[in-house]
Amino acid sequence: MSVAVLSAGGPRRKPRRVLPGFNLTLGYTVLYLSLIVLIPLSALLFKTFTLSWEQFWAAVTGPRVLASYRLTFGASFIAALVNVVFGLLVAWVLVRYDFFGKKVVDALVDLPFALPTAVAGISLTALLAGNGWIGQYLEPHGIQLAFNPNGVVIALIFIGLPFVVRTVQPVLEDAEKELEEAATCLGATRWQTFTRVIFPSIAPALLTGFAMAFARAVGEYGSVIFIAGNMPMVSEITPLIIIGKLEQYDYAGATAVAVVMLVFSFILLLIINALQAWQRKRGGAPV
Amino acid sequence: MSGAVSSLGKPVRRAQAGTTEPAWVRWALLTVALGFMFLFLVLPLAAVFTEALRKGFDAYFEAFKEPDAWSAIRLTLITAAIAVPLNLVFGIAAAWAIAKYEFKGKAFLTTLVDLPFSVSPVVAGLIYVLIFGAQGWLGPWLQAHDIKIVFAVPGIVLATVFVTFPFIARELIPLMQAQGTEEEQAAIVLGATGWQTFWRVTLPNIKWGLIYGVILCNARAMGEFGAVSVVSGHIRGQTNTMPLHVEILYNEYQSVAAFAVASLLALLALVTLVIKSVVEWQHERELRAAADTPPENPNN
Repeated sequence: MSVAVLSAGGPRRKPRRVLPGFNLTLGYTVLYLSLIVLIPLSALLFKTFTLSWEQFWAAVTGPRVLASYRLTFGASFIAALVNVVFGLLVAWVLVRYDFFGKKVVDALVDLPFALPTAVAGISLTALLAGNGWIGQYLEPHGIQLAFNPNGVVIALIFIGLPFVVRTVQPVLEDAEKELEEAATCLGATRWQTFTRVIFPSIAPALLTGFAMAFARAVGEYGSVIFIAGNMPMVSEITPLIIIGKLEQYDYAGATAVAVVMLVFSFILLLIINALQAWQRKRGGAPV
Repeated sequence: MSGAVSSLGKPVRRAQAGTTEPAWVRWALLTVALGFMFLFLVLPLAAVFTEALRKGFDAYFEAFKEPDAWSAIRLTLITAAIAVPLNLVFGIAAAWAIAKYEFKGKAFLTTLVDLPFSVSPVVAGLIYVLIFGAQGWLGPWLQAHDIKIVFAVPGIVLATVFVTFPFIARELIPLMQAQGTEEEQAAIVLGATGWQTFWRVTLPNIKWGLIYGVILCNARAMGEFGAVSVVSGHIRGQTNTMPLHVEILYNEYQSVAAFAVASLLALLALVTLVIKSVVEWQHERELRAAADTPPENPNN
């Protein structure tokens, strides 16, 4: 210990435990994490073990449950794809162009993080319902955006937008203009420069943003239930299935479906971590 | 500020010919991007306030004369006042342990801290029902001692703590990792105690990240819907937070009242965004000032 202190002035030694508080902070972190997150989550697994395999399988593959997976994962996938396209566009515009009110637009990107989901849900519904600002012009043409799966997708697009913009934006900011200049000097068109030079450098960030928006969308509840209409087999999302089973005191059934969602979140979390590691490696070029 | 921005813009403009698009493409992209933002972000926000004021200011304020609305506001404030400080202390402790030391399993611990973000809010509520509910692990014991956790305020606080768990820690960890430990080591070598080092050296260095994390944590704590909805039991005047109160009013077709309460939450979101932006600009300014000062500045 004391040796480390003496050599601390030396150039670039690996930091050692000179600072006090390691046991205290790590102990508190692990204790708090266990009490709030790990032990409660393990309750979910223990509850599942009270079910036989047949009971579990029946609970997680009922026709209504299967329909809800299709809707939840399908709508989340479409919403995340839309967010990749428009998120890239918004990030591009914010980084590359100057325009009036840019700082306000930049701040507004985070609105879905800050606005409570229930508020987003009722206000999107008010806009898109048959008598709403937007809905009244679409309904006569037979386009219905609320109270059906379309509404689910729209709510999930709202929820997921900041994830893509905020992962792509810093990568675009750090991108080296010299590479683009070199491409242009070598005779590439602007479109070729984008697809061959810029796009490969932001692809990991785009994928990360996609995975984060998708993961968030799969678990989302508040904004969706107001606009979905919640018809069984048609527009009922998986989190709502869990609530429905809880309201019928089917705790085991609710837990089984929750475990399926939890396992899926774990897998997505691991994928996102791997993507971020890949992105760091890509971005490892000298600044 | 504007001087700095325009001077930064100059070298870019010189090189623009090769690294930007034709003007019509720029305009098209800008129009589509801003149009998308208008449709998906500005319109919903505007709809909250216009719907709330559709029948005039009297009807708007009528919504807040209800005692249930006030108890919902009070419960939301209490919940945030407990959840945010708890996660603040945890965030600082976790960031100190993870950023300042090397130990086995650090990457795993960091992943676990992020875990609540990837758990559906509904599942977050469910786990507390499974533990503290009538049929849960501790249910019989709690009932025998007449303690209510689920379908009461403690359950709401617990669920809120869970969903806002990583906010402050994940802001602070990368920040403190980037800052390293040299300054703290210097303070310790010069004879400061651990607490002095934390208050006088670490805290001033991380204050913007800290405010940023607290602001976002608070916004989510006050606005959480799914997790709280599972554990609340929806007892009017007792276990309804503001978002739950909005839901009840909305389902009872009291549209103006629902949007009136929602408008308070939307205002909270706007205030959050403003503070967040100010913190970001302030942080950038300090970074730029730090970059301008020569490294051998005797003040440090």
